[in-house]
Amino acid sequence: MLETLSDRLQQTLRFGTGKTLTLENMDDALKDVRRALLEADVSLRVVKEFIGRVREKAEGEAVLKSVNPGQQLVKVVHDELVHLLGETYAPLNLDEGSPNIIMMFGLQGSGKTTTSGKLARRLRKAGHNPLMIAADVYRPAAVDQLVALGKQLGIDTFSIAGSTDVQQIARQGLDKAKAEGFSHVIIDTAGRLQVDTDMMAELLLLERSFKPHEKLLVIDAMTGQEAIHVAEAFNTQLSVTGMVLTKLDGDARGGAALSVVSVTGKPIKLVGLSEKMDGLQDFHPDRLAGRILGMGDVVSLVEKAQSAIDEDEAKAIEAKMRKNEFSLEDFMKMQRMLKKLGSLDQILGMLPIPGLTKEMREMVAHGGEGQLKRIEAMINSMTPEERRQPDLIKKSRAQRIARGSGTKPEDVTQFLQMFEMMRAMMGGLTRASDQAKSGDQAGAEASMNKTMHSAMGQLMGKKGKKGKKNKMKGFPGMPGMPGMPGMPGFPSLPGGGKGGGFPFK
Amino acid sequence: MFKLFNRSDSPSPSSAPSATPAQACEKPNSETLADPSAGDSSGVKGAFSGLRAALRQTRNGLLGQLKTLTADASDKPLDAEALEAFEEALIRADFGVDLAVALAEQARQKGLSARQLKPFLREELMRVLGAVSQSSRFNELSYGDDRLNIYFVVGVNGAGKTTLIGKLAHRFVGHGKRVIIAAGDTFRAAAEEQLGVWAQRAGAELVQTQTNDAAAVVYDALRLAQDGGDVAGSVVIIDTAGRLQNKFNLMEELGKMKRIIDKEAPARHVYEALLVVDATTGQNALSQAKVFAQAVNLTGVALTKLDGSAKGGIAFHIAKAHQLPVKLVGVGEQIDDLKDFDAVAFIDGLLDEEAL
Ligand SMILES: Nc1nc2c(ncn2[C@@H]2O[C@H](COP(=O)(O)OP(=O)(O)OP(=O)(O)O)[C@@H](O)[C@H]2O)c(=O)[nH]1
Ligand SMILES: Nc1nc2c(ncn2[C@@H]2O[C@H](COP(=O)(O)OP(=O)(O)O)[C@@H](O)[C@H]2O)c(=O)[nH]1
Ligand SMILES: [Mg+2]
Ligand SMILES: [Mg+2]
Repeated sequence: MLETLSDRLQQTLRFGTGKTLTLENMDDALKDVRRALLEADVSLRVVKEFIGRVREKAEGEAVLKSVNPGQQLVKVVHDELVHLLGETYAPLNLDEGSPNIIMMFGLQGSGKTTTSGKLARRLRKAGHNPLMIAADVYRPAAVDQLVALGKQLGIDTFSIAGSTDVQQIARQGLDKAKAEGFSHVIIDTAGRLQVDTDMMAELLLLERSFKPHEKLLVIDAMTGQEAIHVAEAFNTQLSVTGMVLTKLDGDARGGAALSVVSVTGKPIKLVGLSEKMDGLQDFHPDRLAGRILGMGDVVSLVEKAQSAIDEDEAKAIEAKMRKNEFSLEDFMKMQRMLKKLGSLDQILGMLPIPGLTKEMREMVAHGGEGQLKRIEAMINSMTPEERRQPDLIKKSRAQRIARGSGTKPEDVTQFLQMFEMMRAMMGGLTRASDQAKSGDQAGAEASMNKTMHSAMGQLMGKKGKKGKKNKMKGFPGMPGMPGMPGMPGFPSLPGGGKGGGFPFK
Repeated sequence: MFKLFNRSDSPSPSSAPSATPAQACEKPNSETLADPSAGDSSGVKGAFSGLRAALRQTRNGLLGQLKTLTADASDKPLDAEALEAFEEALIRADFGVDLAVALAEQARQKGLSARQLKPFLREELMRVLGAVSQSSRFNELSYGDDRLNIYFVVGVNGAGKTTLIGKLAHRFVGHGKRVIIAAGDTFRAAAEEQLGVWAQRAGAELVQTQTNDAAAVVYDALRLAQDGGDVAGSVVIIDTAGRLQNKFNLMEELGKMKRIIDKEAPARHVYEALLVVDATTGQNALSQAKVFAQAVNLTGVALTKLDGSAKGGIAFHIAKAHQLPVKLVGVGEQIDDLKDFDAVAFIDGLLDEEAL
């Protein structure tokens, strides 16, 4: 698991111990920023420019005087990212021309054909009448692929069987669009390397003859340092009008986005979030900024949860949570589902819990995995009645359970306390999920944050009061806590299936 | 290859079933099945020069950028500026910060001069790639002419799996082998048609399914391979749908396919699970290697699209973090644009700023 920028700055600046950010230690802090960006695949040249801008901002008094310079610096970096990514933002130009011509291009395998289909679908949903033109005559069955997508979507696709003349295909497709009154044409071209001059010339010719209204460069979110060269070359030769960042449903940090925006000065207009045709969304600079910095990624977690969790079972559990009937049996079921999500450390890393450091995560996770086994043993030593109604468990029952599971009675009581807290948290998260469902994204975010904060607050409070020894003990009790309670609620979050709509990132 | 199964850090527990004792101690009779068009009897040399030529783009870069800093022929240690430039050249090639910083730091500690930098880097990179410490076969695609050879091709969306399979099939058919391709991508639009074109170009048999059960295709292909009885030297190549490694169910599906292989393959067989990685990929390839290894017990990496400007430095990072050797290299979209990975050629291609 990658360290987040806040993790790192916390080590460098050790904030909380009163050390402030000074001009002297600024370089160290900025080194952390540099590393975080490089690990997120931002191209080195862009990183350097970016660091310069951040330094300027951070040297301003606000950061230096702040009591929490690490957090403050993260904020400066984050805001600057949002600013850069969003500065050039412009929506798709769909109103010009009849028909309006959209041309897709990019490296091999970046997602042009899939995005063509998604875009056509979106246009039709907005009341337009798009035609797709299959102009990839090189990749085997590329035409079939676009035609199949068209069929699946019920959208017309133009192709000329056996033709390898891209210009002719585009020309005739356009004629058809004009004759039959299509409002938009989307030209899907073959993938090509930006260093392949012949292939670039083909695009240039298309561009000159048809003057597309949108020229969209499709970029894979997993792209590394080369992103800068790719974007630069396509942009100088074709003067790109916008970019599409695909495969953001993966777990890549997506730093390439910053590279391509910086180097072209052109906006990212759309993002791809699924292989399926409904996985296309508008670009949100703030979400991507958070993602590049590794500041928690609830959207990924939601998606992972969706693919891992049995929908029916999750619904049943969710219903119980709402009615406050969530039992230890359900807890066990949930744990089993959650194991599919990955290690505790991984899950924790995806949650936007402020101040949760890598060390804490690992400690929780490490303690957690062992503790989970003990908890299982405890639950196994309970009667079905006790599992359904943990309130029944008082001193003597706790002693019996401890004996049966090879634990101590305090462990049992401690676990039951944690469980109570968890139940409370679940309420909050279910609420967040309900709010999100009803479109109240801000409310959902607030509930979510409140729940997370209060959970963390309880933990911190506990260890503060009970001293050092108890502090360590408090953590292992957590395995059921972080994120887990929320899980069952997640699958039904809106737009999740399309990989989006969820407000937190 | 079987060495791989014994390595203590071999990532997947699922390697156990397929490495039966008989297999583990017995080496397959292997021939060198290098690119037949290379025209050199050893095969390896042809691949070598081909790779070097293909890396022309790649090479314009790494140490070339350092030329001004390292032109100094004296023996004084590199200064801070040169070391930083060195580190940055590695980062720009997607080596990853950790590896770049570590290499620059070593160079600093050793007080290397400009002249010493290249030999140092070559040696270190060879070590990273496992080309020094492991057997000479470490980077070689396994093949046994006395058994069934199974190549399981996996990777994220658009990495170049299907194309690689076409090229690989072509190579084996060129050596007179029976090749069966299993159309395991039952998801993407026209994936089967695409693979069908490649199978036809290569002259390989294609196994498809009417349903969308990817595991069933694997089963059918393995049965077809064994129906006639004699499987010696035959090849089964399995295509899979591209998938992002954070999709739990899709990774499970791969695990299921792997289990079918374990069950249906004859006791003696060669198993290679290749992760196809696009050379333009950044640090995410590390997570790919990790998760795919857990799902299918990877035995190697195929690095594609090296004909572009990307340097593929991520391969070093993968090799270091996961002890996964690079075995094949894709250098174009044509059927013979496939090269064996040759660590020496690859590194020299990266470093040798004036060879061509
Ligand atoms: N330049 C270049 N292009 C390649 C290479 N290998 C594959 N490609 C191209 O990359 C694109 C994707 O290749 P595919 O083989 O379809 O990739 P895949 O991994 O099977 O893709 P999905 O099945 O869609 O996930 C195609 O346009 C290929 O022609 C290579 O070595 N060099
Ligand atoms: N997970 C995911 N896969 C995508 C996305 N966009 C495209 N793909 C997949 O990436 C692969 C290559 O896409 P394709 O449209 O054929 O790329 P092209 O070669 O640029 O036309 C296919 O397997 C697609 O299903 C996305 O946003 N998310
Ligand atoms: Mg395409
Ligand atoms: Mg494929």
